[in-house]
Amino acid sequence: MKQQIEGSQAVATVVAFCRPEVMACYPISPQTHIVETLSQKVKAGEVGTCQFLNVESEFAALSVLIGASAMGARAYTATTSQGLLFMAEAVYNAGGLGLPIVMTIANRAVGAPINIWNDHSDSMAMRDAGWIQLFAENNQEAVDLHIQAFRLAEELSCPVMVCMDGYILTHAFELVDLPTQEQVDDYLPPFEPVQVLDPLNPISIGAMVGPDAFMEVRYLAHDKHIRALEAISRTSEAFHEQFGRMSGGLLESYHTEGAETIIVALGSVNGTIKDAIDELRLAGLSVGSIKISSYRPFPTHAFHEVVKDAKRILVIEKDLAVGKGGIVSSDVRMAVQNLPLVVMTVIAGLGGRAIPKSSIVRIVREACLEGLEEPHFLDLNWNAVNDEFVRQQKKRRSGLIPKNIPGDVGPFKLKVGQ
Amino acid sequence: MFQIRIHGRGGQGVVTAAELFSVAAFFDGKYAQAFPSFGSERMGAPVTAFCRISNAKIRSHEPVSHPNVVIIQDSTLLLHVDVFSGLSQNGYVLINSTRTLEALQVEEFCSTLPEGHCRVIPVSEIAMQHLGQPFVNTGLVAGFAKLTGSLSKLSVEKAIQQKFPGHLGNLNAKIVAKVYEQNIG
Amino acid sequence: MAHQPIKFYQTGTFTIGNRLLDKSEQTLQSQVERTNSLNSGHRACQGCGEALGARYAIDAAMRASNNQLVAVNATGCLEVFSSPYPESAWQIPWMHSLFGNAPAVASGVAAALRAKGEKGVKVIAQGGDGATVDIGFGCLSGMFERNDDVLYICYDNEAYMNTGVQRSGATPPKAWTNTTQAVGTHPGNPVGIGKNVPRIAMAHGIPYVATASVADLHDLEAKVAKAMGLHGARYIHIHVPCPLGWKSDPALTLKVARLAVESGLFPLFEAEYGEVTDCTPIRRQVPVERYLELQGRFKHVFADPLAREAIAEIQAIADTNIKRYGLVRKGVTNGT
Repeated sequence: MKQQIEGSQAVATVVAFCRPEVMACYPISPQTHIVETLSQKVKAGEVGTCQFLNVESEFAALSVLIGASAMGARAYTATTSQGLLFMAEAVYNAGGLGLPIVMTIANRAVGAPINIWNDHSDSMAMRDAGWIQLFAENNQEAVDLHIQAFRLAEELSCPVMVCMDGYILTHAFELVDLPTQEQVDDYLPPFEPVQVLDPLNPISIGAMVGPDAFMEVRYLAHDKHIRALEAISRTSEAFHEQFGRMSGGLLESYHTEGAETIIVALGSVNGTIKDAIDELRLAGLSVGSIKISSYRPFPTHAFHEVVKDAKRILVIEKDLAVGKGGIVSSDVRMAVQNLPLVVMTVIAGLGGRAIPKSSIVRIVREACLEGLEEPHFLDLNWNAVNDEFVRQQKKRRSGLIPKNIPGDVGPFKLKVGQ
Repeated sequence: MFQIRIHGRGGQGVVTAAELFSVAAFFDGKYAQAFPSFGSERMGAPVTAFCRISNAKIRSHEPVSHPNVVIIQDSTLLLHVDVFSGLSQNGYVLINSTRTLEALQVEEFCSTLPEGHCRVIPVSEIAMQHLGQPFVNTGLVAGFAKLTGSLSKLSVEKAIQQKFPGHLGNLNAKIVAKVYEQNIG
Repeated sequence: MAHQPIKFYQTGTFTIGNRLLDKSEQTLQSQVERTNSLNSGHRACQGCGEALGARYAIDAAMRASNNQLVAVNATGCLEVFSSPYPESAWQIPWMHSLFGNAPAVASGVAAALRAKGEKGVKVIAQGGDGATVDIGFGCLSGMFERNDDVLYICYDNEAYMNTGVQRSGATPPKAWTNTTQAVGTHPGNPVGIGKNVPRIAMAHGIPYVATASVADLHDLEAKVAKAMGLHGARYIHIHVPCPLGWKSDPALTLKVARLAVESGLFPLFEAEYGEVTDCTPIRRQVPVERYLELQGRFKHVFADPLAREAIAEIQAIADTNIKRYGLVRKGVTNGT
């Protein structure tokens, strides 16, 4: 049924329809509305016998799910930012153990300086932990990806993160076609674990593996992810078949056919990018875009097929590998390494900095005309940066950068539109 | 595309107002997107929320920087926040206050907008009469609907009833009726 | 006391002779019905107190749960010596996740069982003192506070032995470890710091807290059985000497453990809902020197020119315990 609903409420509604058996949650903005709604649904008896545990940390939250999943229960949590990093050890553990836990990431920047607004630094920090990472463009996709995530996770016995932009999606009221309980039940079969703690058939889970076998175990984890590419496509197609709309999959192309320039991005900025492409194409530029829905595993082959005739790729990414530049652009370069095209990195939207359509239009024009320095920082306030360089040259104790820059940018004022 | 920006203070229901706009638009068969100017949750701090209303599907997720409508829930913000930033030349301004545009010292700016696009409604007073509390979001949504004619009264009432079912909804319906009696629009 | 004390002392050692007892009073471990949950063939050191404690505790838990038991294990000696793959000494469903999360993982197992309406299967979490009092302390406190249906067993050998003997929050005053070396003006672990987790557990008001020792295996089994009969969060803290880290004779593990109890340094007690309900009186009180002198980790205490002062400081700890729990009762003889 179509509803005008907040992203977090919509996701919580559909997660409840997925009949989780154990949820363990620790509050962190902007994930809170999801877990608040779920706790209410569980308490009201709307989620069967599901157990909702209020735990003392994100590390405990995921640890509880590790135990629950190993006991054969469908397990779910949501977190973001510092919370995801605080549970990092357990994130790798759940990945290594192949436990099909589903976790929503309400993407948010990682401090210091502390910042509660959206970027993708948190998910990127956990990109190699052995979890599938799916990114949603809007709340409809966020809802749809959660249903797919449980099916995918349990089929592969592999944990899945569904990444949705914090505030931009979690707190936005958008039109969402919510499925019914029956539709979800038809799509999502009951959880049949491949490994389970059972007194009648006792096994030891999680014991040590030595140098003679560790490499092979890790290779097989890698192989599982490569095979997951096919499963992700298939799961999305099955979703399309049943629900009548495309969501997820490996990637989505927009006007890429014959396009000279292709923009690549993850998450909600893809909507703004599509609007920018419409404007640029009206002005006669040959531009298209690729939304990467499955960031891990990375759809190298599918990506290569879409971009093979393009001249340049602009990766607009909401993250920063300090000391190097882009993270997504590295994956993109690997996918196109034998193609005669230029890959440019645009670091944008860090810590909730708005990515306006006007900036995307401008940077695409610049990239087409003169190319960009590598990496390019979108809408960076160079005056503020240069003032800081001057200060640092003057004296050693030139003040704290996170204090100086906001001072340069201007006295605190509500930044309308940011 | 109609773009609304709402200025208020934490605890005044700014985000709820944006939600009501989008839900009313949804009942009118339009596409809508509402979102807050995300920040830490503190009572009394300046808060902004946005709403887009369109006949076509809304893809953009950038903040509203060029609104058609600015709604000010708390007139003390006029001193601290650049509330009219980016407002389109044909835009609308709706202020919750008992004072006049002259007394609020916004007359000069409002004269740059088309005649009748700048209005003040004493929504807090109306809300106090009916709710006993100065919750102004429903009144301002009604005020917007009447001022711009871009949302039907029926959908506004339906959205309010859905958000505040039962007695509270009935009280808010009275606020809506009272606001519709005001000489605006 | 969790069990009826048996008034039969073998000469000299106080060991309760199983063979001389009625079958109903013998330890489970001495009976053919034992489940060997932690089977032979594991890689623990000679004289390992933890292997002994775990064997008694888990078998007792198995009997109490009708063999319907799931165990979660923190990283540590117990985890390492009972594996690695492809081998496992565990005859029960057993899971190891991380060093610091065993209580939370066990909470998750218990929650899954609750969600599935599976009432028969019981959950145990276990770890060493490092996993319990240090790195997993937050998860442990959370598990207590939520009163999750888990029995947590800490095998306390008073340092990080698996990594090569480094200090933990449970390392006793003056003890040598590789990170509290016996050098300088204050050799060994500083006095007056560290954590008493049984008492912290009690402060959570959970249904059951007990201390136990491999010196009294009847008592240990009885306490595990009692804990398994209760619901909610339960905690048993077992004192397990480590010949490697304590630099003690592997043959003397039980004697060392017994002297910890008899000196008052490791009081044996039970508590329910935050109140002490029972304790094991010291049968023959011994001065702490008798306990310390068997362990190389305290060697410097005796060599110290201020030895008398150092020993007095440790004795004061024992005296505080004796007073707090009323461990010495009338008619108790003072041993030498």
